[in-house]
Amino acid sequence: MAQIVLENLTHSYVPNPQADEDWALKGIDLVWEDGGSYALLGPSGCGKSTLLNIISGLLSPTGGRILFDGEDVSALSPVGRNIAQIFQFPVVYDTMTVFQNLAFPLRNRGLDESAVEARVREVADMLELGPTLERRAHRLGADGKQKISLGRGLVRSDVNVIMLDEPLTVIDPHLKWQLRSKLKQLHQRFGFTMIYVTHDQTEALTLADRIVLLHQGRVVQSGSPEALFERPEHTFVGHFIGSPGMNRFPAAIRDNALHIGRQQIPVDADLSAIIPAVERGATLEVGVRPEHIRLCADGFPVEVRKVSDVGRYRIVEAQLHGIAFKIYLPESARLPAPVAGARAAFERARTHVYVDGWLHPPAAS
Amino acid sequence: MNHRVTHQKAWWMVLPVVALVAFNAVIPLMTVVNYSFQETFGDNVFFWEGTRWYLQILQSDRFHAALYRQLIFTGIVLAVEIPLGIAIALCMPRKGIGVSVCLVLMALPLLIPWNVVGAMWNIFALPDIGLLGRGINALGIDYNFTRQPLSAWFTVILMDIWHWTSLVVLLCYAGLCAIPNAYYQAGKIDGAGNWQIFRHIQLPKLKRVLTIAILLRFMDSFMIYTEPFVLTGGGPGNATTFLSIDLVKIALGQFDLGPAAAMSLIYFIIILLLCWVFHTLMMRGEERS
Repeated sequence: MAQIVLENLTHSYVPNPQADEDWALKGIDLVWEDGGSYALLGPSGCGKSTLLNIISGLLSPTGGRILFDGEDVSALSPVGRNIAQIFQFPVVYDTMTVFQNLAFPLRNRGLDESAVEARVREVADMLELGPTLERRAHRLGADGKQKISLGRGLVRSDVNVIMLDEPLTVIDPHLKWQLRSKLKQLHQRFGFTMIYVTHDQTEALTLADRIVLLHQGRVVQSGSPEALFERPEHTFVGHFIGSPGMNRFPAAIRDNALHIGRQQIPVDADLSAIIPAVERGATLEVGVRPEHIRLCADGFPVEVRKVSDVGRYRIVEAQLHGIAFKIYLPESARLPAPVAGARAAFERARTHVYVDGWLHPPAAS
Repeated sequence: MNHRVTHQKAWWMVLPVVALVAFNAVIPLMTVVNYSFQETFGDNVFFWEGTRWYLQILQSDRFHAALYRQLIFTGIVLAVEIPLGIAIALCMPRKGIGVSVCLVLMALPLLIPWNVVGAMWNIFALPDIGLLGRGINALGIDYNFTRQPLSAWFTVILMDIWHWTSLVVLLCYAGLCAIPNAYYQAGKIDGAGNWQIFRHIQLPKLKRVLTIAILLRFMDSFMIYTEPFVLTGGGPGNATTFLSIDLVKIALGQFDLGPAAAMSLIYFIIILLLCWVFHTLMMRGEERS
């Protein structure tokens, strides 16, 4: 177990990176605390797998350092770093039995046979692989194979970190839940550091204590699921986390007040600090989550276009001065009648101002 | 199973293939079967001989000797070409310009007509003017493939390895390229060395292509005719007279159509039988789920 620090990590798959898009990772500074459970979240192609492979040592970064407990491991091989990694598609050694598969990493490290036997049986019991130990690994189903992959990571009791790269992609939905809770249970019991890569926010939110959101090779926000939901530090975070995502409105400052179209919007943010940036041509936006907009009599007039019932709540699609946005309507709430006179209000504390995509004022971290 | 019977009409789709196979394989084969039970002296006059030709072939020392030579030849060729093919495939680059260069180089021997291969090696191995022949003699080894059985065998086997190892290489290379990268990565993380990666990842994943490679190489080498015929003509003496060369000698040289037909069928059954044995052995324990 170890604390993992990434210092200004950059990576490019191109021999001579010049342009911004040549870089897969554009300077990552992160601290993964010992025993934490992290979800590395982001859309396809954002650099998640690259980052993971750099931490595990399968890939060496173009620039920057990786520290395990303060020790620079940038030059070490995956074996030297003592990590475990589970891949998207289950990897098992076809010709071996389940037992031999689980014993493989231990035998390669020269552990004596009685210790191997004991450890393999223990891990097999935890993963409920006990009855299949003597079977050929390739005869198991996808979930069984993925458990073997996980088991090969868990048999080494001293691993620094267990990394999972979208491990449930090929697993049937009903087994996904089982494996996910099994993983959570194992993490709570053994306290290993876990980094879980996914592009599925539900998976990230249910599994991890902290979420690192990656976008175009940069960390856009790292924090608790609540923080990412309540205070998205970038419009991308607002858009990516939550369903539907955060509403974005182009805004302007007039008479020291924030306006969307002709409508003045009260906000907590100190506007005077951003006026110079806006004058230089920075884009100014207001972000409010659908959950933080109320339909109420004392709000500003909005035009309701469509109401969709999504089961336990409804989504109201509305327009404010021609800008479309969504409102979350709980089951208990009623639509105003007539709809033509609908009015809405933003929750002031949760109405955020974004300058060039970034939250203003920036979070003190 | 009953619910599958609804698509009977699909059988009509297979009809062209059935007709084609009938005309180019089954009917000629039946002609051979016909010859194998009869004796003819020309003029389309046939006499029934029963199993006489079969017994004659099976009891003849000449057939035994040719079969024995054939088994040794095929055995050596497989024992060399399969491991060599795997080894070369493992060494080939996986990306960059080297890939196409290697693939073209590997494909070259396969593109050359078989009789040309024989002619090339014939000249190449001549002890007085051939590069190989002169080279070996210059090393102080007495080498002459037209006079010494050992030299002849050496040349025929070397020629076959040169000609056909590429096929094994190309099949194995395709198999290796199909292994997902995650296997190698997992192997590295599990602390596996190169040998273990080969033994536990690459070799098991190559099983299917190797089955095909071994079957193809077995059949082709067991039926080999053109190259040794052009190179040595089956000599010196009968030293490199393999089954098919012997068969042609009987059928066309002596015009003994009956024994030749019987021998063809015995030959065919041996190949079929050995292929089945190879296939069963290699597919043993294969997944059937």
